[in-house]
Amino acid sequence: MAGIEIRSLRKHFGDLHAVDGVDLSIRDGEFLVLLGSSGSGKTTLLRMIAGLERPTSGEIRIGGERVDGDVPPRARGIAMVFQSYALYPHRTVFQNIAFPLEASHVPRKQIEEKVRWAAEMFSISRYMDRYPRQLSGGERQRVALCRALVRDPKVFLLDEPLANLDAKLRNTARDDLKRFQRRIQTTTVYVTHDQVEAMGLGDRIVVMERGKVRQIGTPQEVYEDPVDTFVATFVGQPPMNLLEVRDPSLPPRTLLGFRPEHFLPKGVVTAGEETRTFRFAVRRVEYLGSDRYVYGSVVESGAPPAPPAPDATLIAKLPATITVVIPEGETHEFAVARRALRYFDAETGLRRKL
Amino acid sequence: MKRVALYLAALGFTVFAGFPFYWMLITAFKRNSDLYVGASVTSHIPWIFNEPPTLEHVTLLLGQTDFPRWVLNTLLVVVAVVVITVAVAVPAGYSLARLAGRWGERLGMGIFFTYLIPPTLLFVPFARLVSLLGLQDSLGALILIYPTMTIPFCTWLVMGFLRSVPWEIEEQAMIDGYSRLGVILRVAPRLIVPGILTVVVFTFTLVLQEFVYALTFISSVGKMTVSLGVPIALVRGDVYHWGALMAAALFTSIPLAIVYNAFMDRFIHGFTMGAVKG
Amino acid sequence: MTGRRTLADREDVLGAAMLAPALAYVTLLVGVPFVFAIVLSFSDATAGSLHFGWAGLRNYAAILGDPIFLRALRNSAVVTVGSQVLVVVLATAAAQVFRATFRGKRFARFVLLLPWAVPVSLAAIAWTWIFDSTFSVINWTLKAAGLLHGWLYWLGDPALALFAIIIVQAWRIFPFATVIVLAGLASIPQEIVEAAIVDGAGFWRRLFRIELPLLLPIFAVAVLFGVVYTATDLGVVYILTGGGPANTTHVLPTLAFQRGILGADLGQGAAIAVFLLPFLLVVAVAMLRLARRAEVGAR
Repeated sequence: MAGIEIRSLRKHFGDLHAVDGVDLSIRDGEFLVLLGSSGSGKTTLLRMIAGLERPTSGEIRIGGERVDGDVPPRARGIAMVFQSYALYPHRTVFQNIAFPLEASHVPRKQIEEKVRWAAEMFSISRYMDRYPRQLSGGERQRVALCRALVRDPKVFLLDEPLANLDAKLRNTARDDLKRFQRRIQTTTVYVTHDQVEAMGLGDRIVVMERGKVRQIGTPQEVYEDPVDTFVATFVGQPPMNLLEVRDPSLPPRTLLGFRPEHFLPKGVVTAGEETRTFRFAVRRVEYLGSDRYVYGSVVESGAPPAPPAPDATLIAKLPATITVVIPEGETHEFAVARRALRYFDAETGLRRKL
Repeated sequence: MKRVALYLAALGFTVFAGFPFYWMLITAFKRNSDLYVGASVTSHIPWIFNEPPTLEHVTLLLGQTDFPRWVLNTLLVVVAVVVITVAVAVPAGYSLARLAGRWGERLGMGIFFTYLIPPTLLFVPFARLVSLLGLQDSLGALILIYPTMTIPFCTWLVMGFLRSVPWEIEEQAMIDGYSRLGVILRVAPRLIVPGILTVVVFTFTLVLQEFVYALTFISSVGKMTVSLGVPIALVRGDVYHWGALMAAALFTSIPLAIVYNAFMDRFIHGFTMGAVKG
Repeated sequence: MTGRRTLADREDVLGAAMLAPALAYVTLLVGVPFVFAIVLSFSDATAGSLHFGWAGLRNYAAILGDPIFLRALRNSAVVTVGSQVLVVVLATAAAQVFRATFRGKRFARFVLLLPWAVPVSLAAIAWTWIFDSTFSVINWTLKAAGLLHGWLYWLGDPALALFAIIIVQAWRIFPFATVIVLAGLASIPQEIVEAAIVDGAGFWRRLFRIELPLLLPIFAVAVLFGVVYTATDLGVVYILTGGGPANTTHVLPTLAFQRGILGADLGQGAAIAVFLLPFLLVVAVAMLRLARRAEVGAR
C-alpha cells in the first residue's frame, strides 16, 4: 500500500519527447487512470513507474522511497498486468501464479497456500492444471491478475488489460476489476485509450497528450470542467461541439463548447432556463436505438447559406425519449442551456471562465 | 564488471571460431623458412611474421597447380546446378504452397525429408548409376547428382518463403482478368524474387562445399572441383605444400563467408520454418 | 475476357505440371537409389562390373563380426553425441554473448560464422595442418604457456585423434546452432520476458526457467540438424585421419567409402551405410513430432 510521487519526469528517445515533464501525485489506495491516444506517453510513464524504462530526468517515489535510479522492478513492490497478459506458455496456471513467489524464494508450502488463496479470489481454482493456450481471453486475464496479486504488491500497474477482450466481455470485466480493487485497496495505475473505460474505472483520470499532462481530475471534473479543447473533445462520445461565434458580448476568437446531449430542439429544452439558440441545418439523422444522432451545421443569421465546411459539423444527441421529428435537409431551431455552455480561446484552446 | 566478462567471452568465442582462419592467412604468406620450424621450438613464435611475408605460395598455387582449373570446373558445375535447381525447385515450391492445398504441406515435408538422406548412403547406388551412364570421372556426374541435394531443400525454402507472401495479390490479379497461368508467368515471379535469390545462394554454397560426391566420382586431377582438389591433390609426392594449400583454402573461404554473412537470416528462416511458428 | 475455364485456369493441372520435375527428380534420383542402397546391402555387387547377385545377410554378418566396423559404429556415436553436447553448451553461451550489444559486434559475428561458411574439406585440411605432429600450432601455444610438458600426437594417437575430430565437428557446427538459438531468443515475445522481470526473476532464473524452456523446439531443430551433419559427415574424418591410425578412427561414412568405393565392394559399403539409418530415423521422427506440436499451438 503506497502512494506514488512523480516530479518533472521526462523520457526522451533521441529527439522524441515521449514523456515531457510530468508531475503527478497518486494517493495511496487510489485507482488512477492514464488516458490518452497512442503516442501520448501514457504507456512510457507506466513503464517508468514499473522500472522497465529508465527516466531521462525527474523523480519517482513509491511509498516515499526513490526508485528512478537503478532500482529494479522486483525491488519496487509493484506488480504489472500486460496487454497481452504475458502468461508463460510452457507453465500451467498454477506454475504461472507461483512463479513470482519462487523468484522471491518463498518456501514451497507457503507458495501452495498463497496460490490457492489467490486463485479462489478470482474463481480460477479449477483451471490450475491447464495451460494458457487452453484458456479463453477472460480466463487468461484473471490468471494474469492473480499472478500480479499473489505477491501482495504495493502498487498495481495495468497496461490496457481489457483491450484484447471482446466488446461484450469488457463491461463485466470492468465491473469485476473495479470491485476487486475496491476490496484490496491497492494503489492502481491503469493505462487506456478508451475513455469509456477511463470514466468507468478511475477515481481520477490523467488526460495525456504528446508526453504532457493536460488535466487531472475525477471523471466528473474532466467531463464537465475540461481545461482545454483537447480534453473537451477527447472525453465524451460523441465529442463536445466546438463553434466559433461572432458575438459582440464575448471576447474575440472565442469558441463555444457544448456537449451533444445538451444540444436539443428548442421546444424540448426546459422552459425557464436561460438558453442560447441556434439555427441548425440538419444534414443527416442516425437512428441508434437508444439515441438519435443529428448531424448538421449552424447557420449564422444574416450570412448567406454556404456549403458547410467539414469540420463545422455539429452533432446533437437526442435520447429516445425525445420523439420530436427531425427531417433531414431542413433547418430547425436548436438551443443549449446557458449553464451547459463552455468557452474556449480559439487560438490556445484554453478554457475561459466567463 | 559484467561488461568485462562479456567482452572476454566475446573475444573467446571469436578467437575460437576464427583462429584457424588467421592461421590460414599467416601460413599462406609465410616463407617456408619461417613456416617449417618445429613447434617444440618455443623461441620461435609461429603466430606472427618473423620474416617478411612472401607471395611465393600464391604464385605457386595460381601458376603451377591445377587450382585455376578447379575454380573453372567448380564455376561450371555451379552455374549448371543453379539453373537446374531454380528451374525445378521454384515451380515445385510454388505449386506446393499455392496450388496443392492441404496435402501440399505433407508432400512438401516429405520432399524436405529426402534432404536428410545422406550422401554417404546414396553414393553407393550412385556409383553404379554413374558407371551405367558412363559419367564416371566427369563433371556431368556432379551436375546430375548435386540437384538431388539442392532440390529438396530449395523446394522447402520456396514453400516457406511463399507462406510469407500474401496470396491476395495473386487473387487480385485473377479477379482483374489473368488466368492462373498468367498469374504464374507474369505476376508471381516479381513476388518470389527474394526467394529465388535465396535458392541461388544456397545452391551456390552447397556446390562449393560439397566433398563426398566429388570424391566418389572424380578421379583425374584436371576434372576436380576446388573443394576436392585442394585437400586431395595439392600434394607433390608425399609432401603437403601447406603454404599453397592454405592460400587456396583462404581464397575459397572468403567469398563464401561474405555471401553467408549476407544471407544468414534467410537460411535460418528456412531451417526453422517447420519447427517454430511465426 | 473469356468466360470459359481454359487449361490455363486448371489449377490441378498446373500444379501437377509444376511439381512433376521435382517429384520425378526426387523419386528417381533419391527415392530409387535409397531403396537400391538397401537392396545392394543384400547383394554381392562390386563396382567393377555390372554383376548383381544375392548374398542374403552375408554382408551384415561379415561387418557385425568385424571389429573395425564395430569400432566405427562406436566412433560414430561418440563423435556425434560428444560434438553435439559441446555444440549445445557453446551455442547457448555464445547466444547470450551475441544478444548483447558491444563494440565490434558485427565483425565478431562475421568471424563467428566463418567455420560454418567454409567448405568442410578446406576446414578439415586447415585443421590437419593445425594438428600436425611436428608443426602443430596448438602444441606450440600450450608449450609456450607452460601447459604442455610431453607432446601431443594429435592425429597419430587413436584417442587424441577422436577428440580432435569431435573438436573440429563442434567448431564447425556451433556457429549455425548459435544463430538458430539467437533467432529463437528474438522470437520470444518481449512482454513475457518483461513479465518475468517484474515478477522478480533475475538473469539466471529468467534464462533457465523461462527463456530456455520456451526455446526447446528451436534447440531441437539445431541439435537435429547438427546430428545429421555430424553423423553423416565424411570429409572431416577422411581428411584429418583417413580413418587411421590403423582404422581406429573410422566412422560409418568413411568405412562405407573405404569398403564400398575404394574397395569396390558395393554390397558391404551399402550395408555399413545402412547403419546410419537409425540415426536419421530418430531425427526424422523427432522433427515430425516437433512440427505437429508447433501446429497444435504450443503458445
